Amino acid sequence: MLHRTIHLFRKELRLHDNPVLLAALQSSEALYPVYILDRAFLTSSMHIGALRWHFLLQSLEDLHKNLCQLGSCLLVIQGEYETVLRDHIQRWNITQVTLDAEMEPFYKEMEANIQRLGAELGFEVLSLVSHSLYDTQRILDINGGSPPLTYKRFLHILSLLGDPEVPVRNLTAEDFQRCSAPDADLAESYRVPLPEDLKISPENLSPWRGGETEGLQRLEQHLTDQGWVASFTKPRTIPNSLLPSTTGLSPYFSMGCLSVRTFFYRLSNIYAQAKHHSLPPVSLQGQLLWREFFYTVASATPNFTQMAGNPICLQICWYKDAERLHKWKMAQTGFPWIDAIMTQLRQEGWIHHLARHAVACFLTRGDLWISWEEGMKVFEELLLDADYSINAGNWMWLSASAFFHQYTRIFCPVRFGKRTDPQGNYIRKYLPILKNFPSKYIYEPWTASEEEQKQAGCIIDDADDPMEIKVKRDHSEENISKGKVARTTE
Amino acid sequence: MKRGRKTNEANSSSSEDTTEKECKRHKVVEKKTAVVQSPDWANLLQDIILQVFQYLPLLDRAHASQVCRSWNQVFHMPDLWRCFEFELNQPATSNLRTTHPELIKQIIKRHSNHLQYVSFKVDSSKESAEAACDILSQLVNCSLKTLGLISTARPSFMDLPKSHFISALTVVFVNSKSLSSLKIDDTPVDDPSLKVLVANNSDTLKLLKMSSCPHVSPAGILCVADQCHGLRELALNYHLLSDELLLALSSEKHVRLEHLRIDVVSENPGQTQFHTIQKSSWDAFIKHSPKVNLVMYFFLYEEEFDPFFRYEIPVTHLYFGRSVSKDVLGRVGLTCPRLVELVVCANGLRPLDEELICIAERCKYLSAVGLGECEVSCSAFVEFVKMCGGRLSQLSIMEEVLIPDQKYSLEQIHWEVSKHLGRVWFPDMMPTW
Repeated sequence: MLHRTIHLFRKELRLHDNPVLLAALQSSEALYPVYILDRAFLTSSMHIGALRWHFLLQSLEDLHKNLCQLGSCLLVIQGEYETVLRDHIQRWNITQVTLDAEMEPFYKEMEANIQRLGAELGFEVLSLVSHSLYDTQRILDINGGSPPLTYKRFLHILSLLGDPEVPVRNLTAEDFQRCSAPDADLAESYRVPLPEDLKISPENLSPWRGGETEGLQRLEQHLTDQGWVASFTKPRTIPNSLLPSTTGLSPYFSMGCLSVRTFFYRLSNIYAQAKHHSLPPVSLQGQLLWREFFYTVASATPNFTQMAGNPICLQICWYKDAERLHKWKMAQTGFPWIDAIMTQLRQEGWIHHLARHAVACFLTRGDLWISWEEGMKVFEELLLDADYSINAGNWMWLSASAFFHQYTRIFCPVRFGKRTDPQGNYIRKYLPILKNFPSKYIYEPWTASEEEQKQAGCIIDDADDPMEIKVKRDHSEENISKGKVARTTE
Repeated sequence: MKRGRKTNEANSSSSEDTTEKECKRHKVVEKKTAVVQSPDWANLLQDIILQVFQYLPLLDRAHASQVCRSWNQVFHMPDLWRCFEFELNQPATSNLRTTHPELIKQIIKRHSNHLQYVSFKVDSSKESAEAACDILSQLVNCSLKTLGLISTARPSFMDLPKSHFISALTVVFVNSKSLSSLKIDDTPVDDPSLKVLVANNSDTLKLLKMSSCPHVSPAGILCVADQCHGLRELALNYHLLSDELLLALSSEKHVRLEHLRIDVVSENPGQTQFHTIQKSSWDAFIKHSPKVNLVMYFFLYEEEFDPFFRYEIPVTHLYFGRSVSKDVLGRVGLTCPRLVELVVCANGLRPLDEELICIAERCKYLSAVGLGECEVSCSAFVEFVKMCGGRLSQLSIMEEVLIPDQKYSLEQIHWEVSKHLGRVWFPDMMPTW
């Protein structure tokens, strides 16, 4: 019996390597590709800033375009998801709902509710995992039911599992021909909204455009640099890498515009051809494997995105300091390196991972001793590639709350910047007020004499900065020993 | 509620009859599936309840104490009040739990003379530090063996008026008379209060941790070393270290020191001039205590290292918390033959190849190394590991420290290093965010 199916797009906003969509097409005589824009659900599950909305809407628009090319279309239905489903299950005589299986607690709850609805209204529910390389349950099973907490152990487990799931074949127009598509007028009433329709500011300075098409183009660009890819090491201290990358892929993975499995296998093919085979962690696949690592831990850890009730997270006596948190968030700490990074984050929605380390360390155990949960929320709002598992996992790592190294490492907000970009070009770009400062002083403009400051056209007001400087000096030392205290008493 | 283990051994004390009856009744209960009579928990021997209570966390014990009079009596037995940790946190600014004020009142009223091992964990607020002092000043009937004042966040004891803190602390010093371990880092303790400490506890003091106590002078700590001959562990800041102190710790009357920790800290670049210690003082020190762990934490700016590492020094654990120059690390290799652990937070952009090789050559006891923002060529690093071999039980190197060269790439290096270490080794990885 062929189904009449609603396919719910949630986090897999793409057509390539979409196992559950393929399964839906193969089992249906009518297919309604739907994205339920349940704003209340989204905003209660995560913080979403304007740039992220833009990226999402662009991705939906792109998905719609690509579906149209295959003879279908995307229906974006706004409203509370259960109400929307009840309504349309009836209207369209739906017998099956397919959706991507996700591991975040709020998505799991949604799926469970849909299952219940299915039992009540008489439709089947099918979900398949495709957001990670492996089914994380398999990783847990091999490790005795608990997630590996060190990367080394994780890699070892993966070596026992073998290669990840292979991407499924691409969809064709034929697949959609066999399934009747939604009517034209439906497509019209359920078109992708514009930011203004959702009362979101249309202003967008970000060079990142959402969508599968854009993601795949970037992927190709990324891979055409083959020689480079084969000997890729994690970025060292190249100034250019701080600037928005034309081949960066993280937001596309996070939104599901790109399939990690597809990327993995494309890379594997290249490696097979290249002479020097890189092993993780330094290879490009390392980026994917780190993602997988955090997904695995998060899937098996209750209260993963908070300190309280989180079994892997050290309970640390963080300060509550709304004023300093606000200054950090609004790029007003007085440390140009930190402020430039937070400015880029707000304006463009992406910062390099070394930059993330710098500001995360500064907020938590490096300087301000404010809880990582606060930083995580800000990143969630502003980062295009914000992701439940990766964001929380990295914040815990950087704040030394979990995944310990032997020695606590603190990134100095002056020195680390200098190493990464000695000329200070990054700072000049994002903090134009400092652009005339000589490189010697640009990381610590308060050290320049008044005369030099005048020449550079920017006087550093001592009233603003000394507190922050003192914060840095007082706290780094305290924080190293505090770190020891926190650890020995837990 | 966690259940403690119930001991089945019948204690020889008390009436054997009741014990037998208890056992019989329990046996009867085990055999029958339908329980007619439940065991008489209220009549359990207090010794047994005491043993059980010792396994329970305080909150559970407190709940249990409400069950009946007998259990309540046990709850208040001295044995259960020898150790206590007061946790003082302000809910407005802290996420952690705090010891209930009612409980604190009860302890002071009924148990202050039972307390022997006490610590205070205090958050960053002045109120918490004040609360700690408040409790301290009421411990008049106490004879403490250990006292720890721990600031879990900012050093909030330093926010208090000095006299307030001192008078509270003095209460303990005067009344305790057999203090053996004292942790008062980050507090406004001063010379006169140390004199009081010494006057009352010189025979018993074994451990004294007072890093970052800016009101103490070298004379103040010298007084402690002169009088407290049983002192085995000491932690202080460099400004308190003097030739006289080292000699006092090495006098014949003094026991062998086991652990000396020195924090060398500068507030602002160039502001502190560090005095020098004579080589002869270190020599006398190490002669007297040949097995001592000498731990030094350096939080200096690069240009402040001038007085250090100019001659042989018996340091065993060395931590550079800020950036340290290539030059200084070169000197470390030449002057620290007893070095066991070395941690370098940051260096610079020039490779530390020669410096590491020198350290491998000269520091024959080196077994733990940590390198942060530094650079080392892969070849030099392999050479270093080869020279140290299996004695390196701890090798924490951040991934980006290692620079690939002609001989070794990053992929190859972990095999080479693993080979020489005799175990699987990877550099420390920071996640790709």
